[in-house]
Amino acid sequence: MSSKYSIFSLARNAINHHRGWQRVWRSPEPKPAYDVIIIGGGGHGLATAYYLAKEHGISNTAVLEKGWIGGGNTGRNTTIIRSNYLWDESARMYDKSLRLYENLSQDLNFNIMLSQRGVLNLAHNLGDLREISRRVNAIRLNGIDSEILDTAQVQAMVPILDCSTNARYPILGASLQRRGGVARHDGVAWGFARAADVRGVDILQNCEVTAILRDGGKVTGVETSRGIIKAGKVAIVTAGHASVLADMAGFRLPIESHPLQAMVSEPIKPILDCVVMSGAVHAYISQSDRGEMVMGAGIDHFVSYAQRGSLSVVEQQMAAVTRLMPILSRLRLMRQWAGIVDTCPDASPIVSKTPVQGLYVNGGWGTGGFKATPGSGWVFAHTIAQDRPHELNAPFSLERFTTGALIDEHGAAAVAPH
Amino acid sequence: MLLIPCPWCGERDEQEFSYGGEADIARPLDPDALSDDDWADYLFMRTNTKGDFLERWNHASGCRRWFNARRNTVTHRIESVYKMAQKP
Repeated sequence: MSSKYSIFSLARNAINHHRGWQRVWRSPEPKPAYDVIIIGGGGHGLATAYYLAKEHGISNTAVLEKGWIGGGNTGRNTTIIRSNYLWDESARMYDKSLRLYENLSQDLNFNIMLSQRGVLNLAHNLGDLREISRRVNAIRLNGIDSEILDTAQVQAMVPILDCSTNARYPILGASLQRRGGVARHDGVAWGFARAADVRGVDILQNCEVTAILRDGGKVTGVETSRGIIKAGKVAIVTAGHASVLADMAGFRLPIESHPLQAMVSEPIKPILDCVVMSGAVHAYISQSDRGEMVMGAGIDHFVSYAQRGSLSVVEQQMAAVTRLMPILSRLRLMRQWAGIVDTCPDASPIVSKTPVQGLYVNGGWGTGGFKATPGSGWVFAHTIAQDRPHELNAPFSLERFTTGALIDEHGAAAVAPH
Repeated sequence: MLLIPCPWCGERDEQEFSYGGEADIARPLDPDALSDDDWADYLFMRTNTKGDFLERWNHASGCRRWFNARRNTVTHRIESVYKMAQKP
């Protein structure tokens, strides 16, 4: 078992030439049965397991991951965290998550390298400017920090942005959330895994679910590549595969899966100390601690499970980025990749009970799930433990597609699916 | 990058096309008789198949006509294309 990390453990291990560090989590054999099975060992699944143990005292839990933990969208996003959403329901959910993030390194005893460096959303025309004003006011009414910058303030904050009057994408201003920023995405997965493991959660990697077992409309367990595992409660948290898992359980979801691409440049000296986003050109840019420019693109419009997208999307995004920040134009890209994002018609997630008793689903976070990781796990753990949603995630139920109470966040999601 | 065989124009670059999503979602013939669940199913629920998938494309920057394709959503291979209202 892992011991507590501290300055003293660091010193002690340094004296022993760092030979004494222990495995960060166990690699147990599956037990025949658990109280709760969580399908999907990404950030959201691991956070769910952690908060089930911490907040609800349920630690007889297994997290089943078909590959390795954090190897899906958790390790593929651009690590941006913010809570500047328009509608009350989203604002509460995403700000709960941001507040958990703010204390997460201490809570997990694991450095997730949260850097609240500020997130800018650029306005390129009068329409954008009006939209940003509306959003900033709505966000502030929900008690979340948000402010409007004019062109001179944007230029002072980000000198490498082309703020000239004849720029291809003129910058008329921006909204700024100073509490927004970035965190180490792998660190979030590893921190939650370690903290859940310490509380007795079994993390089973290379364990793919092939069927969801039911008896008379009630879930009884799952069939996996490592045998049958029984449980009275099963939770689906499989970003990029939610529809496939729902199909195993005999119901449909309002989800389409698309590739979302991102890329990093070769490393350069620090030139960008905040996050810059532009919804109009589908680009978001930050600089990693290693000096790489981390850049996210828009989604490919066709349905895909392939974890790769088309070059045209990268070309369009790079064309826009090099016009926004001409200094980047001679940088080479080091890596480019894609994750599969499950998008809902209203660009809001589903954190909900399902038509099958004892089966829960958390998915459809679209292009922006990473920022929600702790909050998502926190409300989902409540939903599973109490068999009813927390007031924070009640609006994000599957029933909203029947009642019509959709939560349209296409603007705040920044990367619109259509 | 997809090379899409338009039934009228032949193989053309993906960028000439716009995507229409899942094929064969029929508009309800008697909307007044539909329950809320039926409406939700028609409007929002999708099969989102992993594997061979029937979908609609529009050759927007070409002949501007709609057609259907059977494409594998894991390999991106287009198995066949066929005109609207035909069987795959």
